Amino acid sequence: MTHKVIEKAKVMGQEQLSPTVRLLEVEATAIAASARPGHFANVRVSYHAAPLLRRPFGVAGVDKERGTFSMIYRIIGEGTKMLAAAKKGDVLDIVGPLGNGFDLDCARPLIVGGGLGLAPLLYLSQVLKRADVLMGGRSADELFWRHLFAEKAEKIFLTTDDGSLGTQGTVLALLPRLLAEGGYDRVFVCGPVPMMKAAAAACIKAGVPCQVSLEKYMACGLGACLSCACTIKGKRAKVCQDGPVFWAEEVEEW
Amino acid sequence: MVAPLYDGRLAVDIAGIKMQTPVTTGSGTFGFGLEFTDFLDLEKVGAVTVKGTSLLPSCGNKGQRAVETPAGMLNAIGLENPGSDYFLNVTLPKLRKYDVPVIVNIYGHSPEEYGQVAAKLDVEGVAAVEINISCPNVKEGGIIFGTCPEAAAAVIKEVKKNTSKPVITKLSPNVTDITVMAKAAEEAGSDALSLINTLLGTKIDIEKQRPVLGNVTGGLSGPAVRPVAVRLVYQVAQVTKLPIIGMGGIMCAEDALEFFLAGASAVAVGTANFVEPDIAEKIAHGLLNYLDRHQMQNIEEAVGLALPHGKHSMPLYNC
Ligand SMILES: Cc1cc2nc3c(=O)[nH]c(=O)nc-3n(C[C@H](O)[C@H](O)[C@H](O)COP(=O)(O)OP(=O)(O)OC[C@H]3O[C@@H](n4cnc5c(N)ncnc54)[C@H](O)[C@@H]3O)c2cc1C
Ligand SMILES: Cc1cc2nc3c(=O)[nH]c(=O)nc-3n(C[C@H](O)[C@H](O)[C@H](O)COP(=O)(O)O)c2cc1C
Repeated sequence: MTHKVIEKAKVMGQEQLSPTVRLLEVEATAIAASARPGHFANVRVSYHAAPLLRRPFGVAGVDKERGTFSMIYRIIGEGTKMLAAAKKGDVLDIVGPLGNGFDLDCARPLIVGGGLGLAPLLYLSQVLKRADVLMGGRSADELFWRHLFAEKAEKIFLTTDDGSLGTQGTVLALLPRLLAEGGYDRVFVCGPVPMMKAAAAACIKAGVPCQVSLEKYMACGLGACLSCACTIKGKRAKVCQDGPVFWAEEVEEW
Repeated sequence: MVAPLYDGRLAVDIAGIKMQTPVTTGSGTFGFGLEFTDFLDLEKVGAVTVKGTSLLPSCGNKGQRAVETPAGMLNAIGLENPGSDYFLNVTLPKLRKYDVPVIVNIYGHSPEEYGQVAAKLDVEGVAAVEINISCPNVKEGGIIFGTCPEAAAAVIKEVKKNTSKPVITKLSPNVTDITVMAKAAEEAGSDALSLINTLLGTKIDIEKQRPVLGNVTGGLSGPAVRPVAVRLVYQVAQVTKLPIIGMGGIMCAEDALEFFLAGASAVAVGTANFVEPDIAEKIAHGLLNYLDRHQMQNIEEAVGLALPHGKHSMPLYNC
C-alpha cells in the first residue's frame, strides 16, 4: 500500500479550462513520487471551522521530475470557490495519495469518461500512453477535455447529447461497437453514475474486463469514518480505501 | 525502563486506564487506529478508542451517510462495524503491537447483548470498554437507552457483571437534563463518563426537496457543538465523582483546555481527525505549552479550575 502523507504543497498555478473548471498544479514531491493513476488527494480549503472538511480530488497528472501533480476541479460550492482563489506561491495542505489505483496490467485499453470523471482518467492516459479514449458530454463546449488528451491518447472518440461534436448520443452510442471491433482487453470508466453503470453493463456483456472509479461522499478519505462504505462482491468495502477503483462486476451499490 | 512521555506531565489515570497523554480519540472518528499510522505515532496518543463494536457485524444505514454543515458535519453511519469476532481475531492482534491502551466502544440492542459483547472483549489487550448508550433498545420498542436513566442503568449493570475492565459510559447530549443520566450511570457502577456523543440534526436539500441523509437524521459533531459539549461537561462535573473524558468539537489544544477547566480529566478528539489526521498526537504539545505558561507541573492541576468551586470561579452576587 502507498504511504500516505500530509504535505504542504506550493501552488504552481491554475489554468481556466472552462468557465467553471480549473486545472490546479501543486508542488508536492512526496505525493507526486508515489501517486498512481486512480489515486486521489484530500485538500484542505480553509484553516477555519468552515468549510471544515477536506475536499477530495482525483490526481489528474504527475510530473515526477518537477515533483508536481495536478488536479482538475469544477467550482461547485464554497470549498471549490475558495480553492479557485489560491494563487501561485500559496501553500495548500494536502493529504495523499489516497485510495487504490487502476490495474494497469493490460495490452489494449480503452478509456471511457464524462464530466469531471475525465480528471483521473487523464493521468491514467498519461501513464498508459497511447490508449484509445471515448468521451461524452452534453455539447461540444463540455468536451474541452479532448485537447488535454490529444497529446497522450491514440484515438479519441467523441459523443455529444446534442450532436454538436462527434457522434450524437451518449458514450453508449459508440461503446458496443468499439468493444466488438476494437480488440480491447480492458476498459476504464469514470463519470456520472448512469454512464458508469451503462458502460460497465456493456463491457460485462462483451466480456471485456472493466474497472470503474466510484465517487461517494466521504468525510475523512482514510477509511475511518465509514461515510463511503458500500457492498462490493458481497463484502463491505470503503470507496476511499478499498476503491475508488473497483472491478465493474463486483459493484453492488453505485 | 523507558522514560515516560513528556516527563509524565500529561499522564493521567482514568479509572485505571493509564494514559501517557490525556488525549484519546472519539469512537468512530479514528477507525481502529491502524488507518492513522502513516500520520502519527499511535504510542503518543493517550489511548485509542475504536469504532463502536457489536456482537455481530452490522452494515449500517443506506443512502448518503454524511454531510458537512456549518462548522461541523452530520453523520448517520448507523454503527457499521465488522463485529466482535473480527475485532478480536483480526484487528486487536495488529493493535497489540503498539504500546497504547485500547478502549473498545460497544453497543447492543438489549442489555443482555451489551453484556455479551463486554464478556467477549474481556481479554488481554483491551484496556477498557466504553458503552455507547445512544442506541435504540430493540426489545423496548426502540427507545434510546441513553435517554432513559433506568434503561441506561440496566445496560451498565449488565456490562459491569460481564467484564473485569474499567467501564466508561458515554453520555448522549440529546436529553433534557444530563445530570440525571450521569448520576444514574454512577449509581449503576460506571467507572468513568465520556461526553458528548453527537447532537441530533437534519439537513434538507432544497433543490431535491428532501433530507440529504438517507436516514433523515444524523449526529452533529465538530466545532459547532463545542459550546454545548463544554456546558454539559461543566454540569456533569458538578454532580459526579467519576473521571470525565470530555469531547465535542475539539480541534486544538486550546479547545481541549476548555474541557479540562470545565472538569474533564481527559479529552477525545473526533471530527478533527478527519481534517488533521495527526491531531491526536499534536495536541499534547499545546497542552505542555499551556502548563509552562501557567506554571503547572501536571495537566491534572488544570482539571475543574473553572468550576464554581474551582480556583478562579467568580463569586455570585445578588442583584
Ligand atoms: C474520490 C473522489 C474524487 C473526486 N475527484 C474529483 C475531481 O477530480 N474533480 C472534481 O471536480 N471533483 C471531484 N470530486 C468531487 C469533489 O470532491 C466535490 O465536488 C467537492 O468536494 C465539492 O466541494 P465544495 O465545497 O465546492 O462543494 P460543497 O458545497 O461541499 O457541495 C456542493 C455540491 O456538491 C455536492 N458534492 C459535494 N461533495 C460531493 C461528493 N464528494 N460527491 C458528490 N457530490 C458532492 C454537494 O452535495 C453539493 O450539492 C471527487 C470526489 C471524490 C469522493
Ligand atoms: C463519523 C462518526 C462516527 C461516529 N461513530 C461513533 C460510534 O461508533 N460510537 C460512539 O460512541 N460515538 C461515535 N461518534 C461520536 C464521536 O465519538 C464523538 O462523540 C462526537 O463526534 C463528538 O466529538 P467531535 O465533535 O470531536 O467529533 C461518531 C462520530 C462521527 C463523526
